[in-house]
Amino acid sequence: MCTMIAKKIPVAGSGKGSGGWFSVNQANVSYDHPFHIPHEHALNLDFVNESLGLDARVAVELSADDARQLVQTILAVLEEAEAGGHLE
Amino acid sequence: MYQTQMYEGMLAETVTISGDGNTLINAYLARPLGAGPFPAVILLHHMPGWDEWYREATRRFAHHGYVALSPNLYFRVGHGAPEDVAVKVRADGGISDDGVVGDVAGALAYLRSLPYVSGKIGLFGTCSGGRHAYLAACRLPTVNAIVDCWGGRVVMAEKDLNPKTPVAPIDYTANLACPLLGLFGNDDTSPSPEQVDLHEQALIAHGKTYEFYRYPGAGHGFFYYHRPNYRQEQAVDGWEKIWQFLAKHL
Repeated sequence: MCTMIAKKIPVAGSGKGSGGWFSVNQANVSYDHPFHIPHEHALNLDFVNESLGLDARVAVELSADDARQLVQTILAVLEEAEAGGHLE
Repeated sequence: MYQTQMYEGMLAETVTISGDGNTLINAYLARPLGAGPFPAVILLHHMPGWDEWYREATRRFAHHGYVALSPNLYFRVGHGAPEDVAVKVRADGGISDDGVVGDVAGALAYLRSLPYVSGKIGLFGTCSGGRHAYLAACRLPTVNAIVDCWGGRVVMAEKDLNPKTPVAPIDYTANLACPLLGLFGNDDTSPSPEQVDLHEQALIAHGKTYEFYRYPGAGHGFFYYHRPNYRQEQAVDGWEKIWQFLAKHL
């Protein structure tokens, strides 16, 4: 894309796509032109497993503000879980 | 332009062409029916992929009297819905410039082999396709005209160069051997107005034939009717500029 701001990290999780649940092994994060959200640029998340086909993908597109809020919320939830002794 | 009493026919289908490294890739070909000979245009798709907009654009060029060929530049990345393929390309940092130039060279050879093609061939691209079109036009001297719609990263900082994009396309400007039409939105950030200025300065410095049109009130991708950046007046004017330019040079 035009900003070329994109990173990918290996993860080990599960995602529910159009075909049901599948093993997610990679998370792609980019800030660039989105496909669907009506913004010129967005924070684009793709949870994928390319070995299962390129359609093994859970996609989310968010505004930059919402993405920042999401990051903070994720961290807050993890903090609370850790404080409660729930993290494995 | 067609008149309402005229017959018009079009053939549009997926074909296979020999691309970079003599490997086969698929492409979408749309051509007017008849012996022609017709001038041709190679459409280089944007980063969102070899998608429906590019199918429509390819047929639009055929409607206007061109043999239009849109190679699938993402063929080697994988297959699936165009968007899913583009997502992988985005995550992998794009595709190789050398590979695109090789695919365009293959597309040129394919078109020149067709009995109904006149031999005059132009390149058209939007977004990364505009950048690829400029790069290919500079590196392939048999291109006869090039339309670059808001191609970002023609001007590139040193830090942005990498093995897939080792040379900024602007550095090849001296080798551009055909007329260039550039369409840009003044609100675009890639390319920014400053980058378009640098591009224009390079063209002037090398004595190149070009026309740049820079639209106020428009940003990136202002032709895309399906995206919020669509700008009706600017898009209508931009397409008209394209038809006039190609009629003159092809």
